[in-house]
This record gives sequence, C-alpha cells and structure tokens, in this order.
Amino acid sequence: MHKVTRTDSVSPVVGLSNVHKSFGSLKVLNGVSFEVNRGEVLVLIGRSGSGKSTALRCIDRFETIDSGEIVVCGHRVSDPKLDLRALRQDVGIVFQSYNLFPHLTIEENITLAPCSVKGISKTQAKEQARRVLAQVGLEDKLHQYPEQLSGGQQQRAAIARSLAMQPKVMLFDEVTSALDPELTGEVLKVIEALAADGMTMVMVTHEMGFARGIANRVVFMHHGKVHETGPAAILTSPATPELAQFVGTGL
Amino acid sequence: MGGSLNVNHLMFLGYGALWTIGLSLIGLVGGGIAGFIVALCRISPNRIVRLLSVGYVQLIQGTPLLVIMFLTYFGLPALGVTISPLMAAGASLTIFVSAYLGEIWRGCFESVPKPQWEAAEGLALSRSQRMMKVILPQAIRIATPPTVGFMVQIIKNTSLASVVGFVELARSGQIINNSLFEPFLIYTIIAVIYFALCYPLSRFSHRLEMRSGPARIELEAA
Repeated sequence: MHKVTRTDSVSPVVGLSNVHKSFGSLKVLNGVSFEVNRGEVLVLIGRSGSGKSTALRCIDRFETIDSGEIVVCGHRVSDPKLDLRALRQDVGIVFQSYNLFPHLTIEENITLAPCSVKGISKTQAKEQARRVLAQVGLEDKLHQYPEQLSGGQQQRAAIARSLAMQPKVMLFDEVTSALDPELTGEVLKVIEALAADGMTMVMVTHEMGFARGIANRVVFMHHGKVHETGPAAILTSPATPELAQFVGTGL
Repeated sequence: MGGSLNVNHLMFLGYGALWTIGLSLIGLVGGGIAGFIVALCRISPNRIVRLLSVGYVQLIQGTPLLVIMFLTYFGLPALGVTISPLMAAGASLTIFVSAYLGEIWRGCFESVPKPQWEAAEGLALSRSQRMMKVILPQAIRIATPPTVGFMVQIIKNTSLASVVGFVELARSGQIINNSLFEPFLIYTIIAVIYFALCYPLSRFSHRLEMRSGPARIELEAA
C-alpha cells in the first residue's frame, strides 16, 4: 500500500473521487467527485435530499462511504484504519444547531479541545480563546453560558470553538438555516472574513446571494450526483435546466 | 407475655430504621457503581459487550428481588459459601439496583442530544474525553431526578431483607409484634416511618424534575 504524502501546496486539501453511499436501499451519493484547493471556498447547493449534507459529513467521516475515495489533508478518509482524531484535528466542522456544550461557559467550550487534545496549557488556551472570540466579535461573552446568547452569537461562538483547533479546512453544514435574516447576516460576515483570511472552506448553504459572493466554486448536487459545477457565475447563468430551476426558486 | 409499647420498643424500631437506611445506602452505592458500569456497557461500541449487558439487565429485571435474596442467602451456602444476612442482603440489593439504575442511566446517556456527541467528536476528543467532559456532565443533570426517585424504591425494597433474617425496620416490627401482638399499631408505626423516609425523597425528586427540562425555562421566564 502506498503512503499518501503531504504535499498540501500541490494536492487538493479535500478530494472526493467517485464516492458512492447508500442509506439502506436509498442511494444518497452516486459517484460524487470534487476537489477543494488550498484557500478555496467551495459551496455545495441543491435541494433537500440531493446528498449535499451527506457529502459534507463524509469529509469528516461522520458518514462512512460504500465506495470511492476521499482524501482530506493527506488523510485517506475511506481507509478503515484512518486515525480519526488526526483527521478531525485538521478539519473543523460547524453544524446547523450550533451544538455548543450547554454546561460549559463560552471560554470553556473553546478551550476544552485545545487543552485535552493538543495538550496546550490553560493560560495559552485562554489567550487563544480571547483571540478567536475577538475574530467573531464576541470577546465580551467569554464567561457567559451558551443559553445566555442569541442564536447568531451561539453560532459565531461555535465557529470560534472550531477555529481554536487551528483547522486546515472548515466545513459548514447549513450554519444559518436556524437563524432569522438579521442573525444570518452577522454569521455570514464572520464566514466572509474567514474566507478573506484564506481559510479553505466547504459549505452547504441555501443562501444563494451569499454563495454568489463568497464561492470560488459552486457544486450543484442533484439526485446524488454533481449535476453542474463551476465558478459562482453559474448561479446567474446556469447551464442545466435543473440548476436554472433551483436558483429560480431559490432567489 | 405482652405488656405495652414502651421506649425500648421504639428504640428497637429506631435501630431497625437505621439499618434500613444503612442497607439502602449499601444498595445505592454498590448498585450505583455497578449500575454505572452496566450503563457504560449498554452503550458500548462493542456489540458483544452490549449483548451481555442487555442479557444481565433482562435477567435481573425478570427476577424478583426476593428470589435473588433467597439465592444468595440460602443458595450460596449450598455451594459451600457461607454468607451473613447483611452480606446477602447487601449483595442482592446491589445486583438488583445495578440492573435498574444501569437502565435508567443508559437512557440518560442516550437522551443527551446526538449532535452533542457529534460536536465532541468533531473536536477530535477521544471517546473517554467525550464521555467525561461532554456527555457525563449533561447526563448527570438528566439522571438526578429519576435516580432520587429510584432511591424510594430501594428503601422500600430493603424490607425484603427481613426474609433472610436481617433485622431492618420491617423485621424489627415483626419481632416486636411477636411479643406485644398489636399488629395494627405496630405496622402503622412501621408504615409511618417508611413514609417519613420516602416522602421527602419523592418531593425532592419532583422538585428536581421541575427545575430541569423544559419547565425550567418557563420558571425563569415567569
């Protein structure tokens, strides 16, 4: 078996090739391939049930695949002997439902993984917590509990928690779907700033305007396949009738 | 024969009540430790461990505590292991409680929302770190009301230890009644003492339930 070498600057950060995945008899991914290069923002769009969230979750091995190959930051995700924790140190994931730990303060939420996984000191971790919270504009919420924050603030704190692990790539799974338009805006601003800083990102979103502004590449999923892909411009001038219909209803 | 109820009798009952409390604590601590292990086995990623623990829970829950008491106190000596009434009662309660608390706590672990487990996984925490730092603190909050509620069951079930000759509250009542022969009076006193032990726990459990869960938000909003 050949070893995958880490040549991050050349090989893509995330690469899916011919990925198949079924839930029982339901085929969710039917030969999905795409790549994300360093510093790129890839936006996955498509109807509910088109497989976009599943594709995203496969990248972090929250779902296992039936066939094909996924390589993320040099880790062969499809390998059963994968070092899961090593993969997840390189990959940050943010969920629709924030999933902050309710029994911990925002600071403790953020310092938990750096202290327990990376073994950095409490002082260092707290320093870093302040830094990432400032990055998402929540430096004053350090000692509050998640339930004391608005949905938008919780989601920004969840982003900060991921950032504290200094991931090489960030995954966003419909992170604004639970928020009203005003709160959505503040979360999207944070993500835009991350993109401007050069963070490699893969995101599933229904915010078409946002996708147009931020995406280096758009992947339109349809029936478990990559139906159309290209730069953000395909959202305004789609080549396939399915994407045209999707953005038509989405806007 | 006979005479009337006097201070010595009441002291004897008080002594029995203390043993009821002591035996309950043995059951709670022993059964709690064993039950925690059972709960962990029930959610283990290893299928065989899960199956074995399900089997254990089903077996114990399908066996009356009285029979477990008989088996340990009369059955073990037949196999050459002599055992005191206290040890037999303590061991039986521990086994009995472990099956029930294990099952209650498994439910509590599983009722910590799945996204919380995923968020912890996504942060690269190891399985034991996820359990200790993320899941357990939340599960304990969920588990406290039903666990306190179950303590009432433990206290009442200690009365079965009287069948192996262990002198706890119910047995001390029987002994006094054997000399005074005033069953209505004596057993009323016994019932009142059991109630006095159990009722505060029931109330406490109920209050804990009100404080956690969705009701808490309403209370705070009010």
